[in-house]
Amino acid sequence: MSRGPLQVIGQSLRRVDGRAKVTGQTRFADDLALPRMLHMRLLRSSVPHARIVDIDTSAAERAPGVKLVLTGAAFPIPFGILPVSQDEHALCTDRVRFVGDPVAAVVATDEWAAEEALGLIRVTYEPLPTIADPEEALAHPEPRIHSYGEEGNIHKRVAFDFGDVEAGFAAAEQVFEDLFYYAGSTHLPLEQHATLATLDPDGKLVVYSCTQTPHYLHRALARVLQLPAAHIRVVATPNGGGFGGKSDPFNHEIVCARAAMLLGRPVKICLSREEVFYCHRGRHPVLMRLRTGVRRDGTITAMELHTLLDGGAYGSYGVASTFYTGALQTVTYRVPAYRFRGCRVFTNKPPCGPKRGHGTPQPRFAQEVQLDKIAEALGLCPAELRLRQLMPPHALTANWLRVGTIGLAECIRKVVEGSGFRERHRRLPRGRGLGLACSAYLCGAGLPIYWNDMPHSGVQLRLDRSGEVVAFCGATEIGQGSDHVLAACIAEVLGLMPHEVRVVTGDTALGPVDLGSYSSRVTLMMGHAAIAAAERARTLVAEGAAARLGVPAGRLVFAGGRVFDAEEPQRGLSFAEAVAAAEARHGTLGTVGSYWPPPAAGRYKGAGVGPSPAYSYSAAVVEVEVDVDTGWVRVVRVHIAHDIGRCINPVLARGQVEGSVYMALGEALMEEQAFRRLPSRLSAALVHKQPSMLEYKSPTCLEMPEVVTYLVEQPEPAGPFGAKEVGQGPLLPIPPAVANAVYDAVGVRIDELPITPDKVLRALQERARNPRRGRVGPESFPHIEWPRVVRVPTPGEAGEAAAMPSPGAEVRP
Amino acid sequence: MMRLPRLRYVAPRTIREAAAALADAGPEGALLAGGTDLLPNMKRRQQVPRILIGLRGVQGLRVRELGEAARLGAGLTLSEMLRDAALCAAYPGLRRAVASISTPPLRNMGTLGGNLCLDTRCNYYNQSLEWRKAIDFCLKKDGTICWVAPASPRCWAVSSSDMAPLMVALGARVTLQSAQGERELAAEALYVDDGIAYLSRRPDEVLTDVVLPPHAGLRCTYLKLRRRGAFDFPVLSVAAALRLDGDHGDAPVREARLVLGAVGSHPVLAAEAGALLVGRPLSEEAIREAAEAAARLAKPLDNTDYALGWRKRMAGPLIAAALRELRGDGPPPHGELARAGVRGRPSGAC
Ligand SMILES: Cc1cc2nc3c(=O)[nH]c(=O)nc-3n(C[C@H](O)[C@H](O)[C@H](O)COP(=O)(O)OP(=O)(O)OC[C@H]3O[C@@H](n4cnc5c(N)ncnc54)[C@H](O)[C@@H]3O)c2cc1C
Ligand code: SF4
Repeated sequence: MSRGPLQVIGQSLRRVDGRAKVTGQTRFADDLALPRMLHMRLLRSSVPHARIVDIDTSAAERAPGVKLVLTGAAFPIPFGILPVSQDEHALCTDRVRFVGDPVAAVVATDEWAAEEALGLIRVTYEPLPTIADPEEALAHPEPRIHSYGEEGNIHKRVAFDFGDVEAGFAAAEQVFEDLFYYAGSTHLPLEQHATLATLDPDGKLVVYSCTQTPHYLHRALARVLQLPAAHIRVVATPNGGGFGGKSDPFNHEIVCARAAMLLGRPVKICLSREEVFYCHRGRHPVLMRLRTGVRRDGTITAMELHTLLDGGAYGSYGVASTFYTGALQTVTYRVPAYRFRGCRVFTNKPPCGPKRGHGTPQPRFAQEVQLDKIAEALGLCPAELRLRQLMPPHALTANWLRVGTIGLAECIRKVVEGSGFRERHRRLPRGRGLGLACSAYLCGAGLPIYWNDMPHSGVQLRLDRSGEVVAFCGATEIGQGSDHVLAACIAEVLGLMPHEVRVVTGDTALGPVDLGSYSSRVTLMMGHAAIAAAERARTLVAEGAAARLGVPAGRLVFAGGRVFDAEEPQRGLSFAEAVAAAEARHGTLGTVGSYWPPPAAGRYKGAGVGPSPAYSYSAAVVEVEVDVDTGWVRVVRVHIAHDIGRCINPVLARGQVEGSVYMALGEALMEEQAFRRLPSRLSAALVHKQPSMLEYKSPTCLEMPEVVTYLVEQPEPAGPFGAKEVGQGPLLPIPPAVANAVYDAVGVRIDELPITPDKVLRALQERARNPRRGRVGPESFPHIEWPRVVRVPTPGEAGEAAAMPSPGAEVRP
Repeated sequence: MMRLPRLRYVAPRTIREAAAALADAGPEGALLAGGTDLLPNMKRRQQVPRILIGLRGVQGLRVRELGEAARLGAGLTLSEMLRDAALCAAYPGLRRAVASISTPPLRNMGTLGGNLCLDTRCNYYNQSLEWRKAIDFCLKKDGTICWVAPASPRCWAVSSSDMAPLMVALGARVTLQSAQGERELAAEALYVDDGIAYLSRRPDEVLTDVVLPPHAGLRCTYLKLRRRGAFDFPVLSVAAALRLDGDHGDAPVREARLVLGAVGSHPVLAAEAGALLVGRPLSEEAIREAAEAAARLAKPLDNTDYALGWRKRMAGPLIAAALRELRGDGPPPHGELARAGVRGRPSGAC
C-alpha cells in the first residue's frame, strides 16, 4: 500500500474532546448522579501521629440520614501503588500518620447529613512524637512511622557507582560542589478528586473515578475488596487536570466502592480542596549535594549526586521517586563516571509522589544551576559549555540508559538565537538578566509498576459497514489530549480525520489495558498500539476494496475518506464502501495492536528506573527583571524549545509546553507545600500551613509572561510517526533558568526554590556587605549511612559497542 | 463540597425592617450582603450565625450621588463602583482600591458595606473547622490561645479590607442605622484595634452609606502589596490623601492623611507622618521623613502571606512610592508595585 505524506499528523486540528470541554458538556466525576445515590464524607485525623485507641461511631450511626459508618476494621488489607510499598489502609486501622489521614467514613442521604454525623464520631488517640522533616527523621529512628523500610524512619536508600568515579574526579582540573534545595509543591488540579461507585444490575462493582491510572486502581480494588478483578469495572472519567496527583489508588475510591457494595446503592464522594492537599502525592522536597569534576574547557569528568527526599507519611511512588532523583542526570551531557546516593525518609505529612517530571526537576535544577556557576568560573558561555558535551545520539549513558535521537543542540540554538542570549547575557543593565538551562525526560517508563510480561498498551479497533471506526483503549484523558492522539494516529493510517474516529477510553470493561497516564508514556506507547491496530485494519479494508475495484491492494491509497487507486485516483470507494466490502469478504471486522517497550540495557539491580524507549529534550532562556530594593522578580519572557521528535498536533503540543512553563514558574517563584508546628511546650500540632486555593500561592494568568515556543522535530525511530513526549519535559529547564537569570540580573545565587523576594533581598544584602558572597541556599547535608554500593561498570568499561565515546578522548595526551 | 451550617434566612425590604430583624435576632443574627466573606467563613464554621438577614432586596442601600462630594450606599457592588467612570475619576484612589479587591466574579457579588465590615483575617483562623481542630482552635474562635502571640491576651487578626484604609485616609463618614435610630461617625472611628471586636458598630446596626469628602483639589491613592495580581488580600497597603496649597505637585501640603492597611487589626492612621508633611512641599526629604515615621507604625505579625521581616521592610518604600505618585511623578517605579495594579496590566479593568 502506498503511503503518501502525512495528512493528519502535524496538523493543528481541533482536539476531538474540545467541543465537549468548551461547551461544558464533558462529564467529570462530580457531574455524575444516579438514582438513589448516597453521599460519603471522610473523617480525617486531626492529630499528626498517634495510635488509635478507640473509635466510637454509635452516635453517628444514629444520626438522621446516616446509612453507614465505616472504620479501618472494614479494611484489613493494605494497598499502595508499588508492590514494595503496600503501606496504606483505606481507613487507618491502628495508627494515624498525618493530619488528614482518613479514619472513618459516613454515608448518608446528602453531604450535609454526612458531614454533621462526622462531628459525632469520637476518636481517642494516644499521641506519638512527630517527625516534621528529613533531619528529624534521620536523627530520630524512633518512633518509627512505619515498621517496614530500611531502618528507623528511612524508607529507601540507594547507592550506585557507575564507572571509576574517583578516577574521574582525579582527572578533573576543578571540582565544583554545591548544595541545593527544591521545595515541595502540589499539583493543584482544578478538579477536586471525585468517585462514584455503584453495582451494575448483575451485582458487579462499577467505579467511576477521576483517576489517571484506572488499571492500577482496578488491581487495588480487587486486592483490598477481595473481589475477582473480572467483577470490577473501573471507568476513568475525564480528569480535570491530574499532573500526577491522581495516579495512586486512593482511600476514598476504595471506601466508596466498599460502601456501595454494602449498601447496594450508588455512593459518591467529592473531596474538598483541603482534602486534595492531604491526598497530595506531589513534588518531594529534596535536599541535594552535587559535585562535578571538570576540565578547564568545562568537560565533565565525573559527577556525584546525593539526594535526600522528604517522603511524607506513606510510600506512594516514593521508591521510584528516589531512583528518579538520580536516574536522568546522565542523558543530557556526557558524564563518563557517575555516583549517586539517594535517601527517602518518612515524615508526619501528606505523602509525596509523582508530580510532572517525577523526581527529576529537583536534580535538574541542581545540575543546571551548577553548570551556570561552572561556566562563569571558567569564563565560558553557558550555551557553549553545554553544546560542547552533549550526549551523542543512539548511545548508552554511564548508567546504561539507551538514548535515541537528541534534538538538544537544535533546541539550544533556537532559544539562544530567539532570546539574543549570546549578545545580551552578562551584558544587560543591573536588574535585568537572562538564564539558560536544558533538560531531558522520559517517553514512558520502560517497566510497569508491577512485574509482568504483558503489553504496556493495547488498542482494539472495530469497523463496520457504517464506516464508523471505534477505538478502544485503557488510556486516560487527563486534559493532555490523549484521546486526540489516539484518534489522530488511527485517522492518519486509515485516511480519515480524527473526528471520524470514535474513541472509548479509560474503561477497564471496554478497552484493553493501558497502564495509565503517567511517565509521559501514552503518546508513545498507545500511539504504537494504535498504529499497529490501524495498519491491520487497513490491510483488511484494502483487501476488500481491492477485490471490489479489481486493483491490487498494494496500489491502494487511503486518504481524504476514500480508498483509491494510486495510479487512477478517480477509481475508488468511499471509506464506508471499502469497509463494507471488507466486512463482506472477512466477516465482522476487528483488529488489535499492542506495545511492549524494548528491554532495558542495564542488567544491574535498580536498572529498572530510568530506561525509556526514547528521551525528549528541552532548552529554555528565561528573561527576568529583579528589583534591587524589594527583591521582586518578574519574569519578562520565556523562550523554550522542545525536542518532540515529531509533533502530532502543534496546538496541543504548545499547550503542554505553555502549561509546563506555567507550572514550573509556580515552583520557581512561589509555590510551597509548607507545614507549621506550634510552640512545642503548648501543642503537638503539625499542620499544613495553607491548604486552600487562596493561600497556597500558585500563579494566575496575570503572572504568566510571554512564552515563545519552538518545537524541534527530528523524528525518533522509537516513537509513533517519530513522536516523543511533551507533557512533562518542558517543565524541567524553567526553574534553573529562572535562578540563572536572577543571578545574571543582580549577581546573587538563590540555590533554593522557591525564589521569593525576601530570599533575593537577603542575598542582595549579604552581597552588599561582601561582594564575593550573596547566596541563599542550604548550608549542610546531613550524615547518612549509605548501604553497600552497587558498583556498575559503564558500558564503555564493559566493552559495549553502543557505549558513548569517552569525552574528549582525542584531545587526551 | 463544603456545606453551610443550618440557618434561617430573613429577607427584609427596608432598612428599618432589616434593623428590626437584626435586633430581634440578637447574637444569633448576621447581615448578609454579597456573602463573599461571610459565606465562606460560615462553611468553615469561623462564623456560625443561625439567622441571616439578607440585604439584597433592601431598598435604599444603593444610593450613588456624585456632586462636589459623594454619597455611596453600602449595598453597591464593587463592580458597580468600578463601572461608574465619574466616581472613579473623582476619586482615583478609590478606583485603585476597589479594582484591587479579589477577582471580577467576586467583585460582582461583593459590596461596599461588606468590604468595610470585612472580618479580620489570620492564617490560623481562615481555615476549616477540621484544620482548626488540629491546632485546638485559637482565641478568636472556640479557643483560648493566640497562636501568633501566645503570651498576648488579645487577638491580632489582620484588618484586610482594601477600602477601609482608603476611607480612613479620605476622612469619609459612615452612617449606621438601628431600630433605635441613626448615627454618623468618622470611618476612622468605625474601626477598633482588636482582632475580635474589630468594629465599633453595635450588633444591631446596619451600615447604610458612606459620605466621601469633596473631591476638588483632593489627591488620593492606594497601593497594595500582595503576591499575585488577583485574588490576594493585601499583606501591606498604603492609602494616602492630600490637599496641597496650589495646583502643582511642588506646592506645599495643606493637609495629609496616611493610613497603613493590613499591618494590624485596624487601619493604622499615621498622624505624625501626616503632620510632618504639612506646610512643606513634597520634597524627597519630606517624603523620606514621612515614610520613615509611618513605617515605624507597621508592626506586622506572622499571620498573613509572606515572610514577616520582608513585609515590614516594604512599608517605607511603599509609603514613599504613594507620596511620589501624589506629587505627580507618575506610577511608582518599583517592580513589586505591579501587584498594586499600578504597572503592567491594570487589575482594575472590570
Ligand atoms: C478569594 C477571595 C479574595 C478576596 N480578596 C479580597 C481583597 O483582595 N480585598 C478585600 O478587601 N476583600 C477581599 N475579599 C473579601 C470580600 O470579597 C470583599 O471584601 C467584599 O467586598 C465583601 O463584601 P460582601 O458584600 O460580599 O460581604 P459579606 O460577606 O456579605 O459580609 C461581610 C461582613 O460584613 C457584614 N456586613 C455586610 N453588609 C453590611 C452592612 N450593610 N452593615 C453592617 N454589616 C454588614 C456581614 O454581616 C459580614 O460580617 C476576598 C474574598 C475572597 C473569597
Ligand atoms: S491573631 Fe491569634 S487569636 Fe487572632 S485569629 Fe490569629 S491566632 Fe487566632
